[in-house]
Amino acid sequence: MNNTFEYAALAPVVILLSAGVISMLIEAFAPRDTRRALELTLVFATLAVAFAYVGINMAKEIPGGAPLNGGQSHGIRQLAAGGAAAIDGPGLFLQGTLLLVAFVAALLLAERGIDPQGDAFAARASTLPGSEDERQFTAQGWFQTEIWPLFLFSVGGMLLFVIANDFLTMFVALEVLSLPLYLLAGMARRRRLLSQEAALKYFVLGAFSSAFFLFGSALIYAVTGALDFSTINASLGNVTQDGLVLAGVGLIAVGLLFKVGAVPFHQWTPDVYQGSPTPITAFMAAATKIAAFGAMFRVFYVAFSGMRWDWRPMMWVIAILSMLIGSVIAVTQTDIKRMLAFSSVAHTGFILLGLIATSGHGLSATLFYLFAYGFTTLGSFAIVSLVRDASGEATHLSQWAGLGKKSPVVATVFAFFLLALAGIPLTSGFTAKFAIFTAAIEGGATPLVIVAVVASAIAAFFYARVIVLMFFTEPPVDGPSVVVPSSLTSAAIAISAVITLILGVFPQPILDAVANAGLFVR
Amino acid sequence: MSLTALMLLPLIGAVVVFALPAGRDLLAKQVALGFGLVVAVAAVVMGLGMDKSNGGLQYVEKYSWIPSFGISWGLGVDGISIVLIVMAAVMVPLVFIAGWNDVENAGRGTVKGFFSLMLLLEVFMIGVFAATDLFLFYVFFEAMLIPIYFLIGRFGGPQRAYAAMKFLLYSLVGGLFMLAALIGLYVVSARELGAGTFDYTALTQLHIDPATQKMLFLGFFFAFAVKAPMVPFHTWLPDAAAESTPGTATLLVGVLDKVGTFGMIHYLLPIFPDASKYFAPAIITLAVISIFYGALLAIGQSDMMRLVAFSSVSHFGFIVMGIFAFTSQGLSGSTLYMVNHGFSTGALFLVVGYLSSRRGSKNIADFGGVQKVAPIMAGVFLLAGLSSLALPGMSSFVSEFLVLVGTFSEYPQAANIATVGIVLAAFYILWMYQRTMTGEPSQEVSSTVNEISKRELVAIVPIIAIIIAFGLFPQGLLNIINPTTKQVQSTVQVVDPAPAVQGLASTEGSGS
Repeated sequence: MNNTFEYAALAPVVILLSAGVISMLIEAFAPRDTRRALELTLVFATLAVAFAYVGINMAKEIPGGAPLNGGQSHGIRQLAAGGAAAIDGPGLFLQGTLLLVAFVAALLLAERGIDPQGDAFAARASTLPGSEDERQFTAQGWFQTEIWPLFLFSVGGMLLFVIANDFLTMFVALEVLSLPLYLLAGMARRRRLLSQEAALKYFVLGAFSSAFFLFGSALIYAVTGALDFSTINASLGNVTQDGLVLAGVGLIAVGLLFKVGAVPFHQWTPDVYQGSPTPITAFMAAATKIAAFGAMFRVFYVAFSGMRWDWRPMMWVIAILSMLIGSVIAVTQTDIKRMLAFSSVAHTGFILLGLIATSGHGLSATLFYLFAYGFTTLGSFAIVSLVRDASGEATHLSQWAGLGKKSPVVATVFAFFLLALAGIPLTSGFTAKFAIFTAAIEGGATPLVIVAVVASAIAAFFYARVIVLMFFTEPPVDGPSVVVPSSLTSAAIAISAVITLILGVFPQPILDAVANAGLFVR
Repeated sequence: MSLTALMLLPLIGAVVVFALPAGRDLLAKQVALGFGLVVAVAAVVMGLGMDKSNGGLQYVEKYSWIPSFGISWGLGVDGISIVLIVMAAVMVPLVFIAGWNDVENAGRGTVKGFFSLMLLLEVFMIGVFAATDLFLFYVFFEAMLIPIYFLIGRFGGPQRAYAAMKFLLYSLVGGLFMLAALIGLYVVSARELGAGTFDYTALTQLHIDPATQKMLFLGFFFAFAVKAPMVPFHTWLPDAAAESTPGTATLLVGVLDKVGTFGMIHYLLPIFPDASKYFAPAIITLAVISIFYGALLAIGQSDMMRLVAFSSVSHFGFIVMGIFAFTSQGLSGSTLYMVNHGFSTGALFLVVGYLSSRRGSKNIADFGGVQKVAPIMAGVFLLAGLSSLALPGMSSFVSEFLVLVGTFSEYPQAANIATVGIVLAAFYILWMYQRTMTGEPSQEVSSTVNEISKRELVAIVPIIAIIIAFGLFPQGLLNIINPTTKQVQSTVQVVDPAPAVQGLASTEGSGS
């Protein structure tokens, strides 16, 4: 460990957070009508440069760098910023995934061709819903470009979250990624009360879970006297105060499980997914899950790897509950966004299998799963934003009846995403499930895999039900129509669909990438 | 001709038919039929080109697909899979001809959609029998669901959406259990060989400990039993068969369900020999229950399509019984039974389709006296029925006889009880014939049911010719099948029990 900061290694985070500051300055000083162009240029340039830096870091070999921890991985593996951040294969892969997901999500956020009133965000978030002000600002065609600094900060937080190597950095990253999301969730243009309720719920519960996380970190610090993960792991071996340690691990787990939306900490997902502006839901569902799982894996694979016999039973229970409750409750949903929310709870359960495997295979399978799931989710929510009636998005399932007849292409692509979520062969979802189930059986979690299979069967029912609804039922007379999106959303959907297909048919390059990512650096 | 090319042909056909402009229905049908015929000829040529002295895989191809998981694009056929592929390829064009006009007034799909899906289904049918990579097999096994689901859901009777959903869910649940077992098998192979594999030949050479074998066996067996279908996993079949068009039902019951029994003989026995032996008595019991339950429910049906579907449940009982008797006659008989059942059930479904398209009803009670107004139709119906009840001279007799002989030497009680199933088969077939064909035609029957058309004859005569030809000369088929069943038997490490009376039993294991 040394005292330099390693700017090169941390460049992606630094770039994103600096861009967030610049973006705020644009909001403050640039003329209103130039802001959108400036912000969009900034956002896409930032994401591209940061992605390039991740690529450079992946390709770079550090001679005599930080201790290598087995594995035949390539690229940079070192601790940076005095041990606060760990730059390693999994971290870089997750950063790359996050940046790609953010890029596609930014396409959705920038869309202005779908809602006749403008974009998906309130003309002015500060106006009261239903007030005269709101009506006036909307009528004058105001737009909010403040979403962009928030978006950049959130992505920056996520990039830091997946490489944070001590509990303090991790907590800061958690807050940096979450706070902008709380705000963004409340900014929907339509159904603003629902959106604000979602934001408040998300904020209150999120704040609670952050507090749990912090409290857990404090307990671990009290026992081990350390915040960084490898020291904690080393000193937990000879600690006698079991109660404090277990409480600490439990509280930290609560904070992280909340973020990934695992049962019983999933209560916020349906409300927040439903209430948020759909582009934000897409971003949140894909990126937050990737970031939170990345952090969670680092915590449990590095800091608590020595006591996996203690936390595994807890994770077994949570995985089983998530898979079963997520799937079963999704069956009863009548709102497409809520259904996808519960499906994401079930997927959280599946991904936890990779955590429980506690092996290199478990880690690489999870990385693949997160990559695949991220894009499928983005694509599905992007399509949800297209199906509209006069009052906004038509999210009630009954309104989707006969969509296959009215817009065969949109319905077919959505059916494809649903099949991927269900894990049908030749889609990315299948390869991902296959990889993670294999890792779980290798790790001795065969019963969990059987539960996962049962949950998949239940899940297949509600996915198939939507397909039946779209293709085999007559459309309602005054049903919603599918808006023809601008090239932004079309591109987002196309990218997601192509990735979902390629990862199903020719997954080898990404499988190689996750295998080469190796293990976490300690 | 490689197997990949044989799969590409119908795939190209499916794309071409789908790409035709809307409204050109006749052209779509002609193009589809053309592709179907070419595939059938190609498949027959490949079947004739099989080396009969070799029971192993032939026409083998292997290309690496996902090396990380040891998955490859591996194709190859043995004596069992080739006859099933040829049967499928021959049935498809006949089904096209028989169902020429069925699509326009069934459901709400387009004509080109129907024929395109049928050709797509043919791709997967060939693939599922030809795959030598277990993962590839699973992919085709699941992929088949998609065309069938749309074929039932879009082109069928009033309850088609319900039937399609039920079919899909049953198959998916079965498939998912197979997936769990598949992954388990992969992990076992990785443990034993160092790197996981799905290669068929490598998997058959594994030495899996008995406890693990039992677990994995059950996962696969569940999927195959749903597909086959065996009691108590059969309830999707009558709905699916009754709600789909006769052509779909023919391929569904005649070919697709064979994947279940094919999987048992091709995968379960060689890969899990110990577990197969362990579970054999229980499975034979289930098979006997299937024989009876299917037959009894067939007797009770008022809908002809459902009756044929339940009769198939009974027939599948025979097939499964023959497989798990582990004798060479039983295995050969079951394989032969799979082929014969495909043709005889197909013939029955198609004739029932002819009748129902005229009368607008599949109810037995709506018919009667058809013999008087359409004698040839009645004759064809009788021949198809007689084949289904395994009359000597028909091909199904040979296979049923072999299965019973093969079972008797190992499980005499099961064989004895199952023999009663033959009597029940005669009962439900002949009683259906009596109620629909004999007697005085009602006003509706004589006004709607006219004589069988030339097109319909062109579809049904080849099937009946095949049934009679293989009934009289089954040896041709058995020569292809026997080397492979011998090999399967040797991997299970079972020898035929010595006959009680020397000199009476055939040593060749054929009934001709």
